[in-house]
Amino acid sequence: MYETLSHFAQTWGLALFVAMFAVALVYALWPTNKTKFREAAYLPLEDKDPGDE
Amino acid sequence: MGLFQKHQALERHSLLLTVGILVVVAIGGLVEIAPLFYLENTIEKVQGMRPYTPLELAGRNIYIREGCYTCHSQMVRPLRDEVERYGHYSLAAESMYDHPFQWGSKRTGPDLARVGRKYSNEWHLDHMTNPRSVVPESIMPPYAFLSDNTLHFDDIADHLKTLRFEGVPYTDDMIENAKTDLIAQVDPDADYDSQDALVARYEEASGRKGTITIGDFDSDRTRITEMDAVIAYLQMTGTLVDFSTYEADDLSNRR
Amino acid sequence: MAGSIAGVATLVGIACLGSLLIAANAIDPMMEAHAWIFFFLTAFALLSIGIWAGGLTGRNPFDESFYEDTIVKFGVAAAMFWGIAGFLVGVIIALQLTWPNIFYFPDLGWTNFGRLRPLHTSAVIFAFGGNVLIATSFYVVQRTSRTRIAGGLWPWFVFWGYNLFIVIAGTGYLMGVTQSKEYAEPEWYADLWLTIVWVAYLLVFLGTLWKRKEPHIYVANWFYLSFIVTIAMLHIVNNLSIPVNLSGSKSYQLFSGVQDALTQWWYGHNAVGFFLTTGFLAIMYYFIPKRAQRPVYSYRLSIVHFWSLIFIYIWAGPHHLHYTALPQWAQTLGMTFSIMLWMPSWGGMINGVMTLSGAWDKLRTDPVVRMMVVSLAFYGMSTFEGPLMSVRAVNALSHYTEWGIAHVHSGSLGWVGFISFGALYCLTQWLWKRPALYSKSLVEWHFWLATIGIVFYIVALYFAGIIEGLMWRAYNEYGFLEYSFIETVDAKHINYMIRTVGGGLYLTGALIMAYNLVRTALGHGEAADVAVTEPNRTPALQPAE
Repeated sequence: MYETLSHFAQTWGLALFVAMFAVALVYALWPTNKTKFREAAYLPLEDKDPGDE
Repeated sequence: MGLFQKHQALERHSLLLTVGILVVVAIGGLVEIAPLFYLENTIEKVQGMRPYTPLELAGRNIYIREGCYTCHSQMVRPLRDEVERYGHYSLAAESMYDHPFQWGSKRTGPDLARVGRKYSNEWHLDHMTNPRSVVPESIMPPYAFLSDNTLHFDDIADHLKTLRFEGVPYTDDMIENAKTDLIAQVDPDADYDSQDALVARYEEASGRKGTITIGDFDSDRTRITEMDAVIAYLQMTGTLVDFSTYEADDLSNRR
Repeated sequence: MAGSIAGVATLVGIACLGSLLIAANAIDPMMEAHAWIFFFLTAFALLSIGIWAGGLTGRNPFDESFYEDTIVKFGVAAAMFWGIAGFLVGVIIALQLTWPNIFYFPDLGWTNFGRLRPLHTSAVIFAFGGNVLIATSFYVVQRTSRTRIAGGLWPWFVFWGYNLFIVIAGTGYLMGVTQSKEYAEPEWYADLWLTIVWVAYLLVFLGTLWKRKEPHIYVANWFYLSFIVTIAMLHIVNNLSIPVNLSGSKSYQLFSGVQDALTQWWYGHNAVGFFLTTGFLAIMYYFIPKRAQRPVYSYRLSIVHFWSLIFIYIWAGPHHLHYTALPQWAQTLGMTFSIMLWMPSWGGMINGVMTLSGAWDKLRTDPVVRMMVVSLAFYGMSTFEGPLMSVRAVNALSHYTEWGIAHVHSGSLGWVGFISFGALYCLTQWLWKRPALYSKSLVEWHFWLATIGIVFYIVALYFAGIIEGLMWRAYNEYGFLEYSFIETVDAKHINYMIRTVGGGLYLTGALIMAYNLVRTALGHGEAADVAVTEPNRTPALQPAE
């Protein structure tokens, strides 16, 4: 059991990791997301508090 | 794009984001930790390991209480200088009954995994009372107050029971006699029968002779103090395993 | 609205009664003391809730057209208080190691290093850092979601409940109540209480996101969320233990030996990763853009940063266990991921620093901006050093030595400390609606004292660590170990002195900051110039601007 589990950890665990990372990368670089991200980047700057210049 | 919309969902919906985070962070822990719970492969088969006697356990709890682990490791690494300085490198088997482990992370003081029987009880007493009286350059705090504190062990049997529930092989016999065992180990004047019974119980668990030290550890015969318990614990650290039975090159020990 | 008041009151009431029951049956003095502390504080809380709710007379205290800022103010004050307390204890234990004959008191065993050290680490990480994170997360999630914090009275339960946990933990260390698991020392009952508080925190945070008025969840909130979720998981698994008696303070860890060790360092390393890193990266992603008035350099990079960081961090724990009885494949895995961690860490750092592109002059003109950018420099330094130290061959030398202490302090004093100070300066000025801080030159003093203090601290201990590591493994010409252990202790004495001075400078800087913040809140000095023109209760959430 230990061998099976540690083998699984050392092979499929890594493969899964790479796959999930690729998904995140695709999401971040997906062209149509570009405008959305630009708007999002301005979120902190647009909120004005009363008294905040 | 199906794929794209999926991400959109993850991004727009905080619950999915939460689940996504949880899945990602759970994988690493599961993959690394889960295999270790198949004990038979992780822990070497060696002779000599036994549960702590009640006195040693009480001492270990004081060791934990005082935060000794903040300055002393109990893990000798298989490096030439460490093995020469401290003794045989530590095995996983040696901490198999340690709830919690005390490997430590810092050596402001020396490693204590094998300090047992290297110094006399009197040295330990002097050292704990005022470290600089025996080691002038020492920066260790003084622990004289342990000699003033009477050891409380009314509920020691409950401690053994809790540990047995977690897998430490304490027998009914050990639990039933926890208090008398504790007294027998610290009081050289206790009747021989109870001392013999203590030794028999724990040597049987250990599978080897000479792993139990009986003595008045704090040189105060009138009562049982926390100092007794701590020194009893220190004097047994690293002394249990019979290293003639450990085969480092055995395939099952090469992980 | 009334529901949340009743809910909090019920939960606090149950805790109050339960602690009274335990106080009456306690089997050891530590549990008795803690149960009474718990009882009196929860009873006081109940009384306060009652009086406050009675005085409402129909007014809605959770008016949706305002942000809840008072709780953030409390958080700022609590963070400042605990920060100074934690730094002070740090200086005390540094003094103890330097001059043991003067700073140890044989009759006061509870002041020994072994009890004060967890007090120091918990005070700075959980009390100071935790309050900074709670305060900033409540501030940021409201602002970036354009909505008042969710849950009515529950955010207040989170704040006070968390600080009650701090009090229980801290007094526990002094009394010798500890599980001995580093950065997870509090015993089972404190852990249970923290679990309840943390679930409430998660729900308050999520609830605020659910009712947000913005379509997008700003990336800082991703970091906060990963911090809250992951800490919950780590806390629960690492603290699995069985109390000997439900009326006693002592418990035994469920796991033992090698399993317990790996669980602990999986926890310990990820407490660094998800408490001291992702939480404070959230601060970076909001406060640096906001203060510099520039959007984050690359939002795309921030997303890649986020996912790669949390992917990789969680695997790195076993590098704390090199050459131990942990199976070697796990050590290698930990080391590999630790080295990979270097990339997302530096990606994040670059993203933060480059946010200032086009506004580099702010580094010169605004010491608060400079503080936050220097924090990123320290972040970059310690996240480069960390992977280096996780290499087995380097670790053989560095582990167990002062090098480790130097490493964590470059990360904690430099990165976590400075980004927190930056956030606290910003928050005080913004929350109390001041045109400026009381004194900019005092911020300069703080910045330079703290920076010099860090340099003193880490340089002294890098040398100490390498010296002792080399001395431990030194052999003489006859093939024997050259130095006894105590000689290696003696060799560090001067370094310890310099370290103590460094810590003292850092503490002095924090005291100056506290003074500056109080005067700012009071509207003195440069903070006084412009009168507050609008009435205090201008709705923040209407498109009035």
